[in-house]
Amino acid sequence: MTAHKKRARAHETPPAGIRKAQSGIAGLDEITGGGLPAGRPTLICGGPGCGKTMLAMEFLVRGATEFGEPGVFMSFEETADDLEQNVASMGFDLKALQRRRKVVVDEVRVARSEIHETGEYDLEGLFIRLGHAIDTIGAKRVVLDTLEALFGGFSNAAVLRAELRRLFDWLKQKKVTAVITGERGDGQLTRQGLEEYVSDCVILLDHRVANQLTIRRLRIVKYRGTVHGTDEYPFLISQKGISVLPITSLTLTHRAPTKIVSSGIPELDTALGGGFYEASTILVSGMAGTGKSTFAGHLAAATCERGEKALYVGLEQSPDEFLRNMQGIGLPLRRYVSEGLLQFHALRPSAHGLELHLTTIHQFVEEFKPRLVVIDAITSFFGMGLNAEITSMLVRLIDFLKTKRITLYMTSLSDEVRAAERAGANISSIVDTWLLLSNEVANGARVRAVSVVKSRGMAHSSAMHRFAITRKGVTVQSVQPLQRIS
Amino acid sequence: MSKAPARTAPRKRAAKGAKYELCLYVAGNTTKSSAALANLKRIADEHLAGEYSIKVIDLLKNPALARGDQILAIPTLVRRLPSPIRKIIGDLSDTERVLVGLDVKPHA
Repeated sequence: MTAHKKRARAHETPPAGIRKAQSGIAGLDEITGGGLPAGRPTLICGGPGCGKTMLAMEFLVRGATEFGEPGVFMSFEETADDLEQNVASMGFDLKALQRRRKVVVDEVRVARSEIHETGEYDLEGLFIRLGHAIDTIGAKRVVLDTLEALFGGFSNAAVLRAELRRLFDWLKQKKVTAVITGERGDGQLTRQGLEEYVSDCVILLDHRVANQLTIRRLRIVKYRGTVHGTDEYPFLISQKGISVLPITSLTLTHRAPTKIVSSGIPELDTALGGGFYEASTILVSGMAGTGKSTFAGHLAAATCERGEKALYVGLEQSPDEFLRNMQGIGLPLRRYVSEGLLQFHALRPSAHGLELHLTTIHQFVEEFKPRLVVIDAITSFFGMGLNAEITSMLVRLIDFLKTKRITLYMTSLSDEVRAAERAGANISSIVDTWLLLSNEVANGARVRAVSVVKSRGMAHSSAMHRFAITRKGVTVQSVQPLQRIS
Repeated sequence: MSKAPARTAPRKRAAKGAKYELCLYVAGNTTKSSAALANLKRIADEHLAGEYSIKVIDLLKNPALARGDQILAIPTLVRRLPSPIRKIIGDLSDTERVLVGLDVKPHA
């Protein structure tokens, strides 16, 4: 009977393991599999200015406003006024939250110069203080920012360590989800080795400059009992709070659409074996002037012609230049812009960090809800970071768009003859369709040619097709055997 | 917000006009707390006879005062008067340090 009951109960609660407290921070809950460990302490560490306080504060505020979990913010470093001002930039009104008894901010002042130590003591005052704050509003979340400041206030490290250990046990007994921040130390995660006391979840933030661009990153160092992402994820702090990329899944579980969409060039569709799969990722590589953007224009026009929205992210030409150029070859893209079907988003490659670009693309996609996204050209990103970083960012973007069932068309510029294939090489394995555009020399003249290097799941042509860019757009001619000069 | 009661409670005692207005924060009746109170009385009688008042605040009974008076360590002795406020933590077993902390004796 009892065994039966037990089994029944085991069925009710899936063996998912630990309960999670959603952070509400975009992207963080995805990579942690649902949030921070509920009822347990989490350590967030990193150097000065890495965003520890902001992350902790957003966790607390979102808990209070979105998940019905009031919270106590105990600040050991910043004054309550400074905190209020700092988080106002993320759109949080701490004063109002305190008035509504959703949040308590307790400013703890620790200054050794004011304190004389004469004999034995403990930190019971801190416990009482925190306990009182928790009980006053029925808090479920607690932030201690940054607890290590205590080491500056008291000289007896042995007492402090014993008391910290007691504090973490006490927090668990209180069943509050706690976030403790710590400053990164030499050779260890925090100056005072707080990681020794927090065994459930440790998140490391980092803030570094590469190629004159600042990139913030987040990494989950450990998370007991949870499968978590192990990469360094870029994140940024904006007016809407923190967002950690990827915003979406880490899995390959997105459903594969079977619908085929036209490239906008009938003969190319034939060569492709019908067109592109909807929500597939298309890479078009080629040297300057081989027609990459023109092909993008055709695809955008075909998309808008069906009444679907297209987002064009241009990193090389201004929207107006692009529209004029497309008009010149008979693609009436301006009309789609005025109909609200086509939207442009011009990015200057050097204006922002890589992750900021990708996040803005995410935000645009969320707002505009296009069925096609064109990025012209991804090679512009390559001056902005290490190739591995860019590849990993693009993979996340591809995942994101696939789960949204959005087709992605990327152009890639190669700068030397025969390098076109290499230009696509580092991401070619993750794209579904790869078109190679080239200027071949045949019979003493340059001839434009397109070939389908790969197109997953399509019976595509393997020939090189000659094409021309005319006043009526791209016209692909029949299979043209060409002799390549190698 | 909890600052008001923290200030007013000890000031009632201060009305007597003691030169040294002392406040001892404890949490329940622990050995450290009793030791601190005993040490404080002894030191005060020896060095500040007739010039002091002592108020004992039990944070278990008045938890809100911990925040208002910025108390972390227990026991904490606060010298409210003469100003500026000074804080001495521990069981006050080191008489010399207590006197320095209270600014009764200059730094050695």
